[in-house]
Amino acid sequence: MTAATSVENGGQLKRRSLGARLVTANTFWIALVLVALIIVFSALAPNAFPTVFNFQRLAIETAVLLVLAVGMTFVIITGGIDLSVGSVLIFAGMVSAKTMNALSENGSAIDAGWGVIIAGLVAAVLGGLVWGFVNGFLIAHAKVPPLIVTLGSFGAALGAASLLGDGSDIRTIPTTLKRALGSGTSFGGIPNLVITAAVITLIAAWLLHTTRFGRYTFAVGSSQEAARRAGIGVTAHLLKVYLLAGLLAGAAGFMSLAYYSTTGIAAHSTDNLNAIAAVVMGGTSLFGGVGTMLGTVIGVFIPAVLKKGFNIVHVQDYWQMIAVGAVLVAAVWFDQQRRRARDRL
Amino acid sequence: MTAPALEAVDLTKTYGSVEALRGASFSVHPGEVVALIGDNGAGKSTLVKCMAGAEQPTSGTIRFEGAETRFDSPTDARRRGIETVYQDLAVAPELDPAANLFLGREIRRPGVLGALGMLDKKAMRRRAAEEFGRLGVALQSIDVPIGSLSGGQRQSVAVARSVVWASKVVFMDEPTAALGVVQRERVLDVIRRVRDEGVAVVLISHNMPEVLSVSDRVEVLRLGRRVARFTAKDATLEDLVGAMTGALHQEEA
Repeated sequence: MTAATSVENGGQLKRRSLGARLVTANTFWIALVLVALIIVFSALAPNAFPTVFNFQRLAIETAVLLVLAVGMTFVIITGGIDLSVGSVLIFAGMVSAKTMNALSENGSAIDAGWGVIIAGLVAAVLGGLVWGFVNGFLIAHAKVPPLIVTLGSFGAALGAASLLGDGSDIRTIPTTLKRALGSGTSFGGIPNLVITAAVITLIAAWLLHTTRFGRYTFAVGSSQEAARRAGIGVTAHLLKVYLLAGLLAGAAGFMSLAYYSTTGIAAHSTDNLNAIAAVVMGGTSLFGGVGTMLGTVIGVFIPAVLKKGFNIVHVQDYWQMIAVGAVLVAAVWFDQQRRRARDRL
Repeated sequence: MTAPALEAVDLTKTYGSVEALRGASFSVHPGEVVALIGDNGAGKSTLVKCMAGAEQPTSGTIRFEGAETRFDSPTDARRRGIETVYQDLAVAPELDPAANLFLGREIRRPGVLGALGMLDKKAMRRRAAEEFGRLGVALQSIDVPIGSLSGGQRQSVAVARSVVWASKVVFMDEPTAALGVVQRERVLDVIRRVRDEGVAVVLISHNMPEVLSVSDRVEVLRLGRRVARFTAKDATLEDLVGAMTGALHQEEA
């Protein structure tokens, strides 16, 4: 390359056009899939599917999973995986419920006020952070593969939660909490649970896409060696990412407690896989370095829309599992093709 | 003549019973390219690591801009304007060229948002475009992942990433080893431009024609010692090979 040509375009390198950037983005294609699904179901059941009530239910039922998937997005972008989120959610819920009951008279938190509820929130978040720290420490410092570490904590957190609850669920959840966060609405009918999840997701999207923390997350997932050479504390950053995933699983545990009014020991065994599926369908690469928060939101909604849609048009919703499986494999296949095409250059 | 930008005097480095450096000396001045050559095991990498802060010499002196000093870590050396381009040219392939250039040195927004860690992507893209232009790295676009660029462009960005921040000295450990002819020329072009801006460039290479074409001086290392110094335009391939293999011996350590 001669100096002349490089100076010509060197001073003002153009960004690609919006269109060019859109077409190459995984998120764009998966968003089309979601829109297509909504259109198809709306056409098949024009009176039942495209209703405010239906979309409200959809949003509420995905809120807890969305918060888990948001944390998972950071983890997968670093090239890691977190199988423990569902168990950590239960553990955090259990710690929170235990705390609220212990702080109430007669050991039942049903009539507890906001002071106790806030203590419960703090307990849930701390419960999540503890497991985030365990995961992060073992992965970043002890260099045990994330799959193994979080498979271990997947079992251990569930076991610990069951021990705390003596094997059974706690259902004495403050009514005030259920009314406020679980079933309350604001701004003319938007469920508070959905608002909470949306705020968390927006903050996380800001963190991932505009801050140095987010930039380092991508860098560590893209090339640990390059990140290390650039002076980034890779070990410390990985620990922070798993702490964040634990924190969000703790928050999700508290939300789940408010919505279902039970610790739900048996109810979250596939949350981890659902969260991973959502993140990967949303265009985040299992190999690390690539991903968007918007994609994760879409990825959370695709299985939910399929399930609701099948229910409404009276197709057995077992088909949803098959369809999600197919979309998931297709998404990863596309990602790999893209990578191969790139690496051939 | 001005003081050398970086000078090593009588460095020794032992790893257990292995003597990697046995009184090696080296110097490079601002605005010159010095090739550091030697056979495998002559101690080139160890010498560079000692001068770039990645290793501490067992004994000997390092002078930076005329003053005796020590570099506690590569970060310490980087802070003082000494950069290293490693052989494998590690980049983050999923990040765009601007993000790679500023990796670890991100520009933050002014004010509260910046304090919260928010990046000024626009400023980074603009400055990256300027720097790439200055170094003659031609890119069609500033916001595609580096992994999707051609091999030569990727290497140029990788080299540029270190070179941009090197205000005093840049070490290049075989930066062209894995490159084709055209790509190699591009990297050598970057080296010349950096030199012309007054940075001291240390080039480690096994490619003798390349050494003779791009460097101003050549220093030869053999068995952990400097055995010869040449001015590149007066030296021949035979001189270099002779010094490397021990057939020719200029100076006593």
